[in-house]
Amino acid sequence: MSESVIVGATAADLASRIASGELSAVEVTQAHLDQIAATDGELHSFLHVSAEPALAAAAEIDAARGRGEPLGPLAGVPLALKDVFATRGVPTTCGSKILEGWRPPYNATVVDRLKAAGVVVLGKTNMDEFAMGSSTENSAYGPTRNPWDTSRIPGGSSGGSAAAVAAGQAPLAVGTDTGGSIRQPAAVCGIVGVKPTYGGVSRYGLVAFSSSLDQGGPFARTVLDAALLHEAIAGYDRMDSTSIAGFSAPVVEAASRRDVTGVRIGVVRELGGDGYEPAVEARFRESVAVLEELGAVVTEVSCRSFAFALPAYYLIAPSECSSNLARFDGMRYGLRIGADDDGVEQVMSTTRDAGFGAEVKRRIMIGTYALSSGYYDAYYAQAQKVRTLISRDFEAAFEQVDVLLSPTTPTVAFPLGERVDNPTAMYATDLATVPANLAGVPALSMPCGLAEGLPVGLQIMAPALADERMYRVAGALEAELDTRRGRPLLSPYLNGSVGAR
Amino acid sequence: MSLTRQEVAHLARLSRLALSDDELDHLAPQLDVILASVARVAEAGTPEEMAKVPPTSHAVAMTNGFRPDEVGPCLPRDEVLAAAPEAEGGRFRVPRILEEEG
Amino acid sequence: MTVTALGTDYEAVIGLETHVELGTVSKMFCACPTAFGAEPNTQVCPVCLGLPGALPVVNETAIALTVRIGLALNCEIAPWCRFARKNYFYPDMPKDFQISQYDEPLCVGGYLDVEVNGEKHRVGITRVHMEEDTGKSLHVGGGDGRIHGATHSLLDYNRAGVPLVEIVTEPDIRSAEVAAAYVTELRELLRALGVSEVRMEQGQLRCDANVSLRVRGTEAFGTRTETKNLNSIRSVERAILHEIGRQAGRLDAGERIVQETRHFDEARGITQAGRTKEEATDYRYFPEPDLLPVALEKSYIDEIRDALPELPAARRARLCQHFGFSPLELEQMMGAGVLDLVEDTIAAGGEPDSARAWWLNEIARSASERGVEPGRLPLTGVDVARVIELVSAGTLTNALARQVLAGVLDGEGSPDQVMEARGLAVVEDADALAAACDAAIADAPEIAQKVRDGKAAAVGPLVGAVMKAMKGSADAAKVRAALLERLGAG
Repeated sequence: MSESVIVGATAADLASRIASGELSAVEVTQAHLDQIAATDGELHSFLHVSAEPALAAAAEIDAARGRGEPLGPLAGVPLALKDVFATRGVPTTCGSKILEGWRPPYNATVVDRLKAAGVVVLGKTNMDEFAMGSSTENSAYGPTRNPWDTSRIPGGSSGGSAAAVAAGQAPLAVGTDTGGSIRQPAAVCGIVGVKPTYGGVSRYGLVAFSSSLDQGGPFARTVLDAALLHEAIAGYDRMDSTSIAGFSAPVVEAASRRDVTGVRIGVVRELGGDGYEPAVEARFRESVAVLEELGAVVTEVSCRSFAFALPAYYLIAPSECSSNLARFDGMRYGLRIGADDDGVEQVMSTTRDAGFGAEVKRRIMIGTYALSSGYYDAYYAQAQKVRTLISRDFEAAFEQVDVLLSPTTPTVAFPLGERVDNPTAMYATDLATVPANLAGVPALSMPCGLAEGLPVGLQIMAPALADERMYRVAGALEAELDTRRGRPLLSPYLNGSVGAR
Repeated sequence: MSLTRQEVAHLARLSRLALSDDELDHLAPQLDVILASVARVAEAGTPEEMAKVPPTSHAVAMTNGFRPDEVGPCLPRDEVLAAAPEAEGGRFRVPRILEEEG
Repeated sequence: MTVTALGTDYEAVIGLETHVELGTVSKMFCACPTAFGAEPNTQVCPVCLGLPGALPVVNETAIALTVRIGLALNCEIAPWCRFARKNYFYPDMPKDFQISQYDEPLCVGGYLDVEVNGEKHRVGITRVHMEEDTGKSLHVGGGDGRIHGATHSLLDYNRAGVPLVEIVTEPDIRSAEVAAAYVTELRELLRALGVSEVRMEQGQLRCDANVSLRVRGTEAFGTRTETKNLNSIRSVERAILHEIGRQAGRLDAGERIVQETRHFDEARGITQAGRTKEEATDYRYFPEPDLLPVALEKSYIDEIRDALPELPAARRARLCQHFGFSPLELEQMMGAGVLDLVEDTIAAGGEPDSARAWWLNEIARSASERGVEPGRLPLTGVDVARVIELVSAGTLTNALARQVLAGVLDGEGSPDQVMEARGLAVVEDADALAAACDAAIADAPEIAQKVRDGKAAAVGPLVGAVMKAMKGSADAAKVRAALLERLGAG
């Protein structure tokens, strides 16, 4: 069995071939470790590769299969994990110097669920520091590069996870999405990325950026693979009060349905036009037309408050982050700079100044400002009210239509360095993605074609607790686009144009 | 609304960030731009309209979510202190504290 | 009631914030035990250590106990409330914020009535809210474990996350005495509710006192100070008294009161300014996003209300009415921690006044000799009731009864068993009594003469001598009567 049919294969395919005995989990894992070794020098998707533990876990899957034990639905399938999830005994940095060398004494719930599903975790992926950013350039450990064009950003904050999947380093990855951090990198890397309904996936062990917005979710190269991973990690967790009891969306079934007849699709007027590249809008319009041809009913809907989603998001997220990141003070774990004699306050301050990057500092200070007495009402409280308006707009829209569509990002991947010192330009990347986080509704990004050789993402949003609707539409559109193209949309790392593979 | 360098220095102190002068010079104008941009939330509605809008702290409306009062396992102390920058006598060792709480 | 040297009549305005540890077995937001006295950092987990990624989940018993307190303090239970984060950096707080409640507490607007010198004072309760305790710091290198002069500090997070309620009063209190009475009454109430053991020596109840002065007759409040962490009722009273005097002195001298946090120095009996920041702290409260709002069903609250035990005030009224105790006697019994035991004794058939006297005097003394609280003695109300019965039947004298109780306390069995085994019973041998009386008179002729001359009160030493000769097995009243008869003074 040559590695070429392993690397680039879908998770569903690998799982069934491992289950049938055609492939061993160890050879699947080894093939992906080889792909990482061959490509990560250029891409830098990973902060930490756990080769030996991964091979040991794979061997355990093979042994269990040998004993005739029932295997999990994704048994033996490798996965890249965003370095924002706590992994027991394995370095967890969140892309920050302040956590360099920290090995958590516990596992995130998502990590335990992956293990229970038989998934083999290959390592921890690069990210913008504490998930703050849209390009992975805010990682303290250097940027990740986009597999479609290594001079460009892979998106962020889950850029390492997205690049790993796009480059065939792993068929699956887990990321987190606070304002678009799964969907935007998925869009610019040409893969599928999903932010589930808030509360659908446990946040226990996910190092918090903005607690009321953060949500873990899947990356994959196909809609079905994303659905398989979504089901593996979702579900109520008694360790997370905000996780939803008794809720599981039938996303795998929906992804395989391939029928959108009669589905009512709303195109959001406010998520397009000004600030959106014409080529991005063109690919988007073409895909909407395809869905209409497939039998969907398309209308335009207006969500007027979405115009204020970006400023509301950039108040709420920094406010919560200023509090969530207070604990990184050099007292109990991680970096400490300074001596006993300097006093606690000074040591905390020098440690945090040395340990945090510029974007984290900017957000902490903006958040501190927005929560200060005297400014709270004008900034934080006003943003929370805008949040209510956005939820109302979603509710009204979902009375008319089943799902809402927009481009995922206003532009394709931009060059590394272009926006690094221009925070507001960087923030504009999230124009279309933040409304879903503010309202807690699920949203999915899938590739809908190329613009000048770079992927364009299409975003599908659904009401809370109706995640399966997005998978139904995405599965049908993906199948039709692949058929028309005659092949799946794969990055140069997987279509034979880069390297030996 | 505009942020002065002095205000940014104050925010940095509140945030326990020992910014250098260079950092202050660099960050202060950026924060000012960001603040001007997020201040647009004020335009979402007239004050009369917004007065009637309740704030949302939790996107998905749920309540309570309690756990039973039961004791579970604790972490082994060795593991707890292994991560500490400094430990002494089973405790976390921290620099001298100059000010009292609160 | 503070009239100063300059003759200004100041009125104190006092409000108290009381923190009480709730008696749950696990912490407020995680499953770590709350037991006191464990080795440092052995009762911690990712949640209470505030490790990155860990999340809090509310202990439902803590909610129920807080509702119970709120109802007992006549508060409204909020139909909907939230937790909030109180943000400030301090090494004893693992997350560098405390999960508390801010503008949406669980219980609001109640009161607690207290009585001082027979006068009733109603203290308004502003709010009762939930929060988590901090870890404990050990300051090393300075004198007496103080912050000042320490070279470094050592932190133990076992107490971090232990559930606390904070009970805040209105500024209704006008004297240190009423403040102390409030804390005493609150402690009784919390004990009766079974929500906390309220061991002040373990820091399970601690008070912050807000004190300001105003010229009597004026409305506006003066500038207040907050004296923190008063951990005994006596400290509450002393600290407030000192603070009133200090503020009056400053005002008389034309100085201003600085709004500040102060600490009470137990040894010197004075309050001192704390070493806190000059700038006012801005806690940047906001709703805790990791916890859901709390919305309790009316039926849930009603269930807790229906299960409330008899509260101390109602109980005192009942005890006064049924058993004829005076308020002072009740106060003494509560102060000595024997009220429950007296009630048990009465329930077992003991006569109320005797029950009170035995527990308050003899038994309380034994308890203090043994260094335990009366409730922890191996002695029940049934035992004491039996002893009282034996005394009133004349089978035991008070002196013999004391020996019987000592036997019970030493584990020798029930009062009857001790009496039997030790051979303790009133001797009815008239000849032996007559002989002892004669001997006592013969040994002290001068005293005997005084009695004969009509000074009956002088007979005491003779009674003592007879009792001693009889080794306590005689009834003192009978001895006295026999002596007076012999001396012609009966």
